[in-house]
Parts: sequence; C-alpha cells; structure tokens
Amino acid sequence: MSSSTSPLTDIPVTVIKPSRGWVSLQLDEVWQFRELFYFFIWRDIKVRYKQTVLGAAWAIIVPLMNMVVFSLFFGRLANIPSDDIPYPLWNFAALVPWQFFTNGVNNSANSLVTNSNMIKKIFFPRLILPTGAALSGIVDFFLAFLVLLLLIFSYNTFHIVEGFSVEMTFNVLWLPFFLLLAIITSLGVGLWLSAMNVQFRDVRHVVPFLVQFWLFATPIAYPSSLIPEPWLVVYGLNPMAGVVEGFRWALLNTDTPPGPMLAVSTITSLVLLLSGAYYFRRMEKTFADVV
Amino acid sequence: MNNVAIEVAGIGKKYHIGGLQAKYQTFRETLTSAVMAPVRRARDLLRGQSSGASDLHEEIWALKDISFTVNHGEVVGLIGRNGAGKSTLLKVLSRITEPTEGIARIHGRVGSLLEVGTGFHPELTGRENVYLNGAILGMKRSEIDSAFDEIVAFAEVEKFIDTPVKHYSSGMRVRLAFAVAAHLNPEILLVDEVLSVGDARFQRKCLNKMEDVSHGGRTVIFVSHNMASVTRLCPRAILLEQGQVVADGLSHKVVASYMQSGLGTTAAREWTNLHTAPGGSIARLRGVSVRGESGEPTDAIDIRYPFTVEMEYDVLEPGYKLLPHFHFVNEEGIKLFIANDLDPEWRGRERPSGRYISKAEVPGNLLAEGMVFVQVSMMTLEPIIQQFLEPDAVAFHVVDSLEGDSARGDYAGTMPGLVRPLLEWNTQYYPNGK
Repeated sequence: MSSSTSPLTDIPVTVIKPSRGWVSLQLDEVWQFRELFYFFIWRDIKVRYKQTVLGAAWAIIVPLMNMVVFSLFFGRLANIPSDDIPYPLWNFAALVPWQFFTNGVNNSANSLVTNSNMIKKIFFPRLILPTGAALSGIVDFFLAFLVLLLLIFSYNTFHIVEGFSVEMTFNVLWLPFFLLLAIITSLGVGLWLSAMNVQFRDVRHVVPFLVQFWLFATPIAYPSSLIPEPWLVVYGLNPMAGVVEGFRWALLNTDTPPGPMLAVSTITSLVLLLSGAYYFRRMEKTFADVV
Repeated sequence: MNNVAIEVAGIGKKYHIGGLQAKYQTFRETLTSAVMAPVRRARDLLRGQSSGASDLHEEIWALKDISFTVNHGEVVGLIGRNGAGKSTLLKVLSRITEPTEGIARIHGRVGSLLEVGTGFHPELTGRENVYLNGAILGMKRSEIDSAFDEIVAFAEVEKFIDTPVKHYSSGMRVRLAFAVAAHLNPEILLVDEVLSVGDARFQRKCLNKMEDVSHGGRTVIFVSHNMASVTRLCPRAILLEQGQVVADGLSHKVVASYMQSGLGTTAAREWTNLHTAPGGSIARLRGVSVRGESGEPTDAIDIRYPFTVEMEYDVLEPGYKLLPHFHFVNEEGIKLFIANDLDPEWRGRERPSGRYISKAEVPGNLLAEGMVFVQVSMMTLEPIIQQFLEPDAVAFHVVDSLEGDSARGDYAGTMPGLVRPLLEWNTQYYPNGK
C-alpha cells in the first residue's frame, strides 16, 4: 500500500494491494499523520491520572517509594556500595530514567490491544500507537527529574551527609543523549512486544516479569563496578545499563564516563529499534484481522 | 479516465477460519501444533489422506474477485445480507485491512466512517473528544476549529461541552459522535451502517445531513441494511452475495433483485433452518409474505384492493404474552404505520409453544403508489424482550392501474403523499350563488 501524488492532477492516489514479505517503514506516512500522533500522546497524558486522588503526584511517588525500599534493603541491610554517594540519591538518579523506561515498555506493549477498537475501525500508520505510548511518559519523567534536582539541591544546602556535596559540571549536557537512549530502547522493546501482543496475549503476562528481570540486570540497586571487568562490555549489551550509569555520571560525577560500554549500549538499542520497527511493519497487516 | 474516483480490480480477501474462531493463540498452542505437525502429517499419510491437508486451516474468501469503478461525484449503495462482505470491502478500501489479492486505486482524499465515536474517551470532555475524534477521522486541527461550533450545535450538547463524556447519556454521546463524523469533509467518503443510531428525530436529521453530503458532488460509498435509505440516497447500488458482486446498477433494480433473492419474489421469504432463523430463545421467525386477494404471494398490489401480510413463526418457550407486529416503510424511509396484533383470541394470553401464522389485512385505498418495505417484528410483553426484528423482510409495489376508480380519479400525473385514501366526495352546484 502506498500513497503518492500524481504529477498532473495533484490528486493523491492511494494504491491498495497485498504486500509481500518485508515492507518499508513508510515514515513519510507517519509524518502525514503527525497530528493524530500528537493527539494520542496528549490523550494518554491527559487521561493517565484522571479519577485519582493524588493525580500527577504518582509520577513522583512511585520512584520515591522504590528508592525508599531499595535504600532500606540494599543500602542499609546489604550495605551495597554506591560509588561513595549517599545511597538514596545515587539510587534515585537511576530510578528516574528507569521508571520512564518501564512505563514506556508497559504502555507501548499494550498500546495495540488497548486501542484494538480503533485499529479495527480506522486507518492510520499503526506505528504511531506504540511510539506515542512510549513517549507519553515524558511528562512523568520531567516531574521525577525535578525531584531529583531538588534532592541534589537539598544534599548540597542542608548537608544531610557530612562532607558530601555534588558539583554540577558540563557533563549534564550529555543528559539529553541518555534520555534519547532510554526512549530508543523502550520504543524498540515496545515495538517488538506490542506486535507480538496482538497475536500472543502471553506478552501481557511476560512484561512484568521481563521488567523485573531487567531491573536486576541493570545497575540500579548496585554499582556496575561490582561486575568483573571483562564482563562489562557484555553487560553493556543492556542499553539501560548505559543510560543509568550515564545519568549518574552526568549528575553525580560518578566514575562511569561514557566509554566502550556506552557505545555497545547505543548500538544495541538502535538494533532493537530498527528490528522492532521492521518486525512491527511486517506484522502490521494482520493487526486488524487478529487483534 | 480522469473522472474515476475508485477503481477496484479483482480484490479478494481470504480469512483462515481457525484464526477467526480462536481469537488469539497462546505460545503453547502454537508450540504444540508445531510439534504435532509432523505426527499429524504421518497419520494423514497412513490414513491415505493427502499430505498436509489437515495442516491447512479451513479458509473462507470473504471477498472474491470484486471489480467495479466509481466515478467522482457518484453515490453508491453497497447492499447484501449479513456476512456478504460489505464491511470487509469497506475495510479494504479504507486500508484498515489488506486484501489477499487484487488491486484498488483511489483518487482523492479518503475519509471512512465505519463507526461513529471511535476513540471517544469517557474521561475527556465533549470538547476534547471532538478534537480527538476529529483527528482520528483524519480532520486537520484547523478544520475542526472552524467546524467546532457547528458540530456542537448539530449535536445539541452546548451546555455539556465541557463535561466529561462519561456523564453523558448514551443518546448525547451518539449525537456528538455523529456530529463530528457529519462534518468530515473528504473527497471520497466510505460509510458503514451508521444511521442506525440515536432516536428517530436525530436519525431523520442525520439522513438529511447524509443527503446534503450526497448532493455535494462528493463520492460516497454507503453500506446499509436499510433498503429505503439506499434507494433514497444512492442512484446506484452494488449487491454483494458471499463475497462477490452479483448486481451493479440502478439502485431500484438492484434493491429489487436483492429482495427477490431466495424465493424469486420480494413478497415472500422463509427461513427453513430453525437455528439460523431470526429470533431469540422464545420465538423465531420462519416466514413472511404479502398476499393479494387471490391468497398468493405477490409483489404488485393493486392500490384499490385489500391485501394481507402474514408472518409465520415458532414459539419455542411457552408461557409468554407475545406481540407480533409489522412496520410499513416507504422508499423514502418514512415509517407509514405500525400494525400490532390485535386478535382477541390471543391478546393478553400466554401462548403455548408451536407454529403460528399471524395475518393482518390492510385495506385497499390506503397506501400511496410506490415501493413499500415491511419490517417484521416480535416482542414479548411483561417483560418486553425483543425476539426478532427483520427490517425489509418483504417488499411490494403499490400500483394504480389507472382505471378511474382509484383515489386519483381521472388524473394521471404524479401524486405525492404518504397515503392515498379514497374519500367520499360531494359537490353541490349553486348556479346563482348561495
């Protein structure tokens, strides 16, 4: 299927025919539907905390509570090292991008199934559903990020821990890159899962487990310095490891500057995104019939 | 060639029945069937069946070799019984689902309306939903902006436009949804049965709006079960049967051939299979007919003489008070009247199970000339439960043979009007004034 404009008449001509095998991504069509794309994101953001008492505060409460739990069990009880930074702060700096990532994966994995009615009744490039769902968590991310800045600020001004303060450096300029990496990763995973979810509802049950496993495969509760040196690059295959360590380096000056591990992370996440997008496009023609 | 809006050539759509019935599979099923496939093939070979036959799920062609062209500005009705493939064809043309074979070319911006209110979110306000739904239907933000007031006025929900839609009554929700859809402004419009919503007055309004649309020089393909609105809105109709085009032409003729399919007349229909006959657990419709004075089914009724409509039905569960009734609808979709069963023998009485035939005699000199569709319906009273409602079950023409003894007298021109009663006239002459 494709759209083109015939040069003589300027009337758009849509050709409808069966597609075979691997199909192109047709990003131009996604661009044509950008307005709908914005609307989907807007709707998701608008609806997320409707009919809740605490509203958008949840965007802050969830990572904060996680931080409290981790600090108690891993920081206090297990005495896990935290790169010489107070464990709660060090942990929260990782939880903020992590929360964004898991929200994105969850929302986009379910995006096709929850919008099945629309898929059966309306034409639009299906890619915009999981993409919008993955991006709609960005507002939550910024709220939680503000809290993170506040936390850093409090550590600096109120000297909560004797002799500890964080110095802001130009490393923060790297943050948009790490955020982008988190977006690409969650979208890549989301694309794979959402397309599979249409056919196999098992995905819905797999996602929580997958996310939990992934949490422990990412240096959130523990530093990546605990991983033996030769394994670090393999460890970098998990793009979220790069993201999380990147956030800590940029904000808290930990000793985890961008290096080979980040390069591996970036490549993995790009591979995830591209393969996810092509797989999605290949499965797309069955969506309306199967969902 | 430049005038062509939609060209459809050899479009086919195949479904795997297995995939249709089992809505979704689990990994386990896929795995076991993958593991079991060689075993099954070996078993088939041993049984002497062709190898792999059982591997193929049963397939059905929902559409097969569909070809037609629609010119710019044409309004085409797409009709056929349930499961004939109308909606599938519309989905293929709207690009919601891919065809299995064939090709279609659409010249112009397409808008499709398979359902009103797709994507409405109960937590959002009316205003927000108008924008969301408009975007979903493919309207630009600026288009929605400029049509917004009109949409709200059309839907008659001005007061509640900033209230979340979940607090709306279902009628209000439908009105708002339709109002957005009605302001859709593409060159080519594909519409599925959407007029069956809302109360009668709003339906009327929607039909009028649809008529504006069809007179606006736009290309429209319109799927409907309502034969009266097809003949009224669409000069041309295409009839689908089992996924194939069986008739394409003037809508009057196509509608007539649709109504005839089966018994060869539009005046009688029967349902030989109890299980597929329309109806609920209490009563099922088995036959409907229109009979002239001779007692034979006929689709041409002389305007002067009485005729009977009859329905045959099975009562499956005894002990209910039933109300069989007929609706008479003219070709403009106007409901002429409803006739409820008043037979004193059964009125207010609980009925034992078994076969019934209920007849009503319609007097002569009542209906105007033209096509009349009969809708057959049955409900139980106390509690009221609809058992069947078969729109356009049968149809007939009321004809005037112009012999001078009908209500038209000696006048042979067009005579508008919904009814044509024969009145008692008396004219007195006063040569010198009164």
